[in-house]
Amino acid sequence: MIAQYPTTWRRPHQIVPDRRLRIALQIGVLVYLVLAFSTVEVNWQRVTEGMERGQRFIMGFLQPDFTSRWRDISQGLIESLTMTLTSTVVGVLISVPIGIGAARNLVPRPVYLVCRAIVAVSRSLQEVIVAIFLVAMFGFGPFAGFLTLTFATIGFIAKLLADDIEEIDETQAEAIRATGGTWFQLLDYAIKPQIMPRLIGLSLYRLDINFRESAVIGIVGAGGIGATLNTSIDRYEYDSAGAILLIIIAIVMVAEYSSSYLRKFLQ
Amino acid sequence: MLELSSVSKTYRTGDAALSDVSLQVPKGQIVGLIGPSGAGKSTLIRCINRLVEPTAGDIVLGGKSLVSLGGRDLRRQRRRIGMIFQEYALVERLTVMENVLSGRLGYVPFWRSFLRRYEGADIQRAYQLLDRVGLLAHANKRADALSGGQRQRVGIARALAQDPDLLLVDEPTASLDPKTSRQIMRLLTEICAERNLPAIVNIHDVPLARQFMQRIVGLRAGTVVFDDAPSALTEDALTEIYGAEDWDAMRKGDDEQAEAESDALRQLAEVGA
Amino acid sequence: MLPVDWCLRSRAKRIAIWMGWLALVALFVWCWQIMTETTIWAFVWDAPRQAQDVGGRMLPPEWGYLPELMQPLWDTLNIATLGTIGGVIMAVPVALLAARNTTPSATFLRPIALFIIVASRSINSLIWALLLVTIIGPGLLAGIIAIALRSIGFIGKLFYEAIEETDPKQIEAIQATGAGPAQVLTYGVVPQVMPALWGISVFRWDINIRESAILGLVGAGGIGLKLNASMAILAWDQVAVILLLILATVVVSEWVSAVIRRTII
Repeated sequence: MIAQYPTTWRRPHQIVPDRRLRIALQIGVLVYLVLAFSTVEVNWQRVTEGMERGQRFIMGFLQPDFTSRWRDISQGLIESLTMTLTSTVVGVLISVPIGIGAARNLVPRPVYLVCRAIVAVSRSLQEVIVAIFLVAMFGFGPFAGFLTLTFATIGFIAKLLADDIEEIDETQAEAIRATGGTWFQLLDYAIKPQIMPRLIGLSLYRLDINFRESAVIGIVGAGGIGATLNTSIDRYEYDSAGAILLIIIAIVMVAEYSSSYLRKFLQ
Repeated sequence: MLELSSVSKTYRTGDAALSDVSLQVPKGQIVGLIGPSGAGKSTLIRCINRLVEPTAGDIVLGGKSLVSLGGRDLRRQRRRIGMIFQEYALVERLTVMENVLSGRLGYVPFWRSFLRRYEGADIQRAYQLLDRVGLLAHANKRADALSGGQRQRVGIARALAQDPDLLLVDEPTASLDPKTSRQIMRLLTEICAERNLPAIVNIHDVPLARQFMQRIVGLRAGTVVFDDAPSALTEDALTEIYGAEDWDAMRKGDDEQAEAESDALRQLAEVGA
Repeated sequence: MLPVDWCLRSRAKRIAIWMGWLALVALFVWCWQIMTETTIWAFVWDAPRQAQDVGGRMLPPEWGYLPELMQPLWDTLNIATLGTIGGVIMAVPVALLAARNTTPSATFLRPIALFIIVASRSINSLIWALLLVTIIGPGLLAGIIAIALRSIGFIGKLFYEAIEETDPKQIEAIQATGAGPAQVLTYGVVPQVMPALWGISVFRWDINIRESAILGLVGAGGIGLKLNASMAILAWDQVAVILLLILATVVVSEWVSAVIRRTII
């Protein structure tokens, strides 16, 4: 009786059910990988030579040297931290009106399009590229870094804020409109209470991102800890570089921990 | 034959979920486990296959003690015990067939299960079980494409694929509508009768327990307060199990449900006629 | 008699909130002063003129430069793709160690895995590239490893959160069949998290395209090398072409990633 049932079963493929298309895709992926790997020219001699330096870097990371370059490190840290805070504050202040303007359900269409365009430009340009241009215009130093981070903050916060406003509970807005409130009263009573906790959370998150980015844009001359790091790596001072990296990691960890605590506290 | 002697469970929080539970289930018997929520029903059946570790007592299935086993031995005993869950607990993103075959995991080596290369006999049996629960046509569908009653049938087929010596059934009908509940209970009792399988069924629905169980055990606050045939389950006994207030509320709910059901049946009959 | 005055918050709470804002403003002013100590304001006031100058030199873009950019662009795509693949391969075990419900040791291995994740997340791929170029020399390999190292943290974090959000009932059911640990993983956990892993990887791939475009600035291959070279000779019309090409690539990759994620999930 049991013999009437088949003894084989093949799992039907979930994403690409057509067998021929699937094989074609698999071959395509394989061909791509072969081509991609063939473009990677590795100078093995250089790599083996580098292993010794790699070892020194790992040793430097395990036994960091905080003291011998401490003046440079602390100077870079102060620049990075002040740059981070000021750019986040200014960026958030600018991105609130732009975020409101980029919410389809609150503003007329031309305003919406202009604000969304600003957001799109800010988001599609890499921080480092923006930093290169701003350094060219404003000279070396943290001021260019401040402007870069502010610019990046605007795109980030305004986009997420606008998306949030578009998703708010329409009934609450309706209720305020029904009482005859003006547009500003609508913002204050219907939008603000729903958006405020989220805005604070996003700002704290962006603070964290801005600090991490501040370590990068220094490489192209926009001040901060990145400049110090760049110098120490150029001089092959891996123990100082290890110290800087550890400080960055520690600050990011503290920022993450305290921002999650602060968010809980504010809600 | 399953034998529980003085099984107790105290959770780390200090809550005593079970205290001194002793029970014997002979081959082929279907035992309904009733009691208010928090009485320890779920803990009791999870102690048997050791998804929950009992703190004291002994559990013996077919002459083999289960409480002291670990690692490989525990897995070897677990595969003898089929379990059916309240919300089906199917792996939603796998196909129906894979869910049934997962009942063989305790028997097959890792590479077979990983490559889905099960032995012919296992696959044949899985098809047979799917046919038995009436889902042969759905073998290649994903589990989350099925309705509640169909998913529970897959759950039953998975448990049977283990070739179990015992079935543990945790609230099999709690997520189903009354009509499907009865179908599932009927299927379960039929299957146990066919295979002479003992089963322990957690069930919150007293009328359903009365209708389908051969024996009923009442649990209250982790101790057995009733253990007899369904016919001995008097109002007094139920009041003892559930407490006066709760039982009245439950009975009222059941009456309402029964009325609604008979009403629906009448309408169905009219449509059919 | 009903009260006629009403306030949203108690007096003490309002004062505390005002003090908080005041402290933030004071902190901002203080930071601003420290930050601008070394700023040369003459440069800042001169900036609009500089911008005009650079802008003028960028137009019209030197379109004849475009064919020369195809090879570096292909390199950039390869850095991003191979780097993402490497990142996924390394991130999956880290995530399994970091997720509370799959870690073999919550007291020892989990903190290590979490440290790897936070370390990788804190350090931008450009910094990794900077380091790797000095260690193994300039070229694509440094870029690929840099992208992979940065991706571990991103993918690892999102993936271990996805693992922790799996439905424990499905896993319990697989355990109840007598399955071994590896079988519980492949039948109970993997089917639940696969869509998340694909989504996260494609998302990271999209980000990696942007990041790999600039890795050349520190010598790690790709189109950034050309950007660096053109800027060094102040050929702003070439820079304009490169930037537009990067922009177009980013837009296309964002679209591709959105399409893939939609079909998978």
